[in-house]
Amino acid sequence: MSQFLEISGLCAQIDADGQKKQILRGVDLSIPPGEVHVIMGPNGSGKSTLSYVLAGREEYEVTAGTATFHGQDLLAMEPEERAAAGLFLAFQSPIELPGVNNANFLRTAVNAVRRARGQDELDAVAFLKMAREAAKALSMAPDMLKRNVNVGFSGGEKKRNEVLQMTLLQPTFAILDETDSGLDVDALRIVAEGVNRLRAPTFSALVITHHQKLLDYLVPDRIHVMARGRIILSGGPELARQIDQEGYTKFLAEVA
Amino acid sequence: MPAVTQTREAVEKLGQSTYKWGFETDIEMDMAPKGLNEDIIRLISSRKEEPEWMLEWRLAAYKTWQAMEEPKWAKVAFPPIDYQDAHYYAAPRKKPGPKSLDEVDPELLRTYEKLGIPLHEQALLAGVEVPEGERMPVAVDAVFDSVSVATTFRKTLEEAGVIFCPISEAVKEHPDLVRKYLGTVVPAGDNFFSALNSAVFTDGSFVYVPKGVRCPMELSTYFRINAKNTGQFERTLIVVEEGASVSYLEGCTAPMRDENQLHAAVVELVAMDDASIKYSTVQNWYPGDENGRGGIYNFVTKRGACRGARSKISWTQVETGSAITWKYPSCILQGEGSVGEFYSVAVTNNHQQADTGTKMIHLGRNTRSTIIAKTISAGRSDSTYRGLVRVQPKASGARNFTQCDSLLIGDQCGAHTVPYIESRNMNARIEHEATTSKISEDQLFYCRQRGLSEEDAVGLIVNGFCRDVLKELPMEFAVEAQKLLQISLEGSVG
Repeated sequence: MSQFLEISGLCAQIDADGQKKQILRGVDLSIPPGEVHVIMGPNGSGKSTLSYVLAGREEYEVTAGTATFHGQDLLAMEPEERAAAGLFLAFQSPIELPGVNNANFLRTAVNAVRRARGQDELDAVAFLKMAREAAKALSMAPDMLKRNVNVGFSGGEKKRNEVLQMTLLQPTFAILDETDSGLDVDALRIVAEGVNRLRAPTFSALVITHHQKLLDYLVPDRIHVMARGRIILSGGPELARQIDQEGYTKFLAEVA
Repeated sequence: MPAVTQTREAVEKLGQSTYKWGFETDIEMDMAPKGLNEDIIRLISSRKEEPEWMLEWRLAAYKTWQAMEEPKWAKVAFPPIDYQDAHYYAAPRKKPGPKSLDEVDPELLRTYEKLGIPLHEQALLAGVEVPEGERMPVAVDAVFDSVSVATTFRKTLEEAGVIFCPISEAVKEHPDLVRKYLGTVVPAGDNFFSALNSAVFTDGSFVYVPKGVRCPMELSTYFRINAKNTGQFERTLIVVEEGASVSYLEGCTAPMRDENQLHAAVVELVAMDDASIKYSTVQNWYPGDENGRGGIYNFVTKRGACRGARSKISWTQVETGSAITWKYPSCILQGEGSVGEFYSVAVTNNHQQADTGTKMIHLGRNTRSTIIAKTISAGRSDSTYRGLVRVQPKASGARNFTQCDSLLIGDQCGAHTVPYIESRNMNARIEHEATTSKISEDQLFYCRQRGLSEEDAVGLIVNGFCRDVLKELPMEFAVEAQKLLQISLEGSVG
């Protein structure tokens, strides 16, 4: 029977200055429901590309392989259909939307996925109440809901805003692309707690990170090491600690 | 993949969606023969039962027009217009005064219904009394083609001393006021199109707010072009006396048609000491089809004179329609400390062309002006902001702030900013900021990843881009304008 998230032989390329550049070279990965998996790996190994391909970014061309989500062909869906199906991507560099009120954006998004999921839309009052509580739990200043989406936000505020969106959109599968980068210790803990609050037997996450610190709070189930567009090694949580201490070089040498 | 296909089909359908308000109303027309000459002008004047001075004024304007040439400086292109190949007068056949619903042509009422004029306003058109204590509704002077068929709310306005009537009526009922102000802000010979308008204008609105009166309601006019090949020449004159104020809303839709239709309106505003005029426009004339066929030519002269000290004139416009827009609502800041404002959103899609902006002429001391212009281009359209800020020698302490932002959607459209800044006073302070940006793939993907459709994402980003202007619109227009922006850009991405 098909897994929660099943990726098999996934290859993808991007057009770079007129040249096709192969980035993913056969990614195999399966994530069962309720688990938090981590992808580590050197810069340029294809981690962010994998997250973009799963979320449906059109610049990346899938040349081979499959990805199914709840048994559905993920790669055939539009980005917004994937969002409605429960996939969420916390961006490594969240995008600014000038003039677009954060609360308005969040409510539009939440109601779009609620509509697609056959749930009732939330009115402004109910939504604001929910959003304020979620923002407070992430120690966000109340005025962040009134500001324009990510405009003038500090790095830490942007990352928190991603976690806020994730909390409100209630995904079943979240990809966190270096959500811990640029965060101080306190912010890191707050963000990790935000993710932990979502943890449930029906929720899985794929966490892309370079640092063990986040994993101290998140407690992952599996660690995968990615290099040159493939998963080259998988293991338990101890693998992350080992990489943190010894670096990637040893592992890369082993598989080379 | 059926879901994907469905989505695509839905989006494609939106892109080709025929003009939403494209329909024709079948009302018997009283029409002048094609062409323009002194006889036609005499005919218009006699049909309107105008006094002799009005006819003389028109004929003088016609003479001026004959000696003028179409302006060529705007960045718009269109085939030559044959001014002799249009009807200059068309009026729905008159029934006795529209004093009750029964007397208003039912066909016309159905037109209003299709236009989405709210029920309570339709009721108002029929003269239904509003129960005491209810929110003051909007007064509508309905212009159906060239003749105002019904005017509502006369009574409430009359009690306040406000005159709000078709200009043709004002010519007869309030000749002294009309004669005193008509053509003083936009002289007949100001430009080719204002001269044409002055010669052949058939209707429009007249507003007079006496000293110290705050107009008790928003004044609103629904314009509509309906007759085939009938140029529409609206003439609006608004005079606001000392310490008085008014807010005037103008909204347009036009039925679908294949030929180009010329629309050359003139709007004149006069504000005395401490008076304020807020003039808002949502313009949605038929823009032509995806291939650039048909559509309205919108060649408009709008100008306000801040004659009194501390007077204020504020133009807000949302321009989404017309095949070609040529429009520069301006302020002449004569009174000491007077204020001029121009807030504009211009959207062009498919093959639309817009050359629009403003002129702020600072004559008096300590006069201030603000210009916020947002231009959105999509498809193969071309949009130009053209603005003049001029500070005359006596305008010490004059200040201007200008911000022009252009947003491009796709890679086949154009956006241009042409500011003219002339300062003849050392004390003036003039600021100009301009940006050009594109809706980025990053922004679209970010929104779609959060569950928004591509169309909704564009709508959200565009509305965010226009926020500074939309917030200047009266409440009831702001919502409509937001929807309009999204509708205008449907099918512009993907």
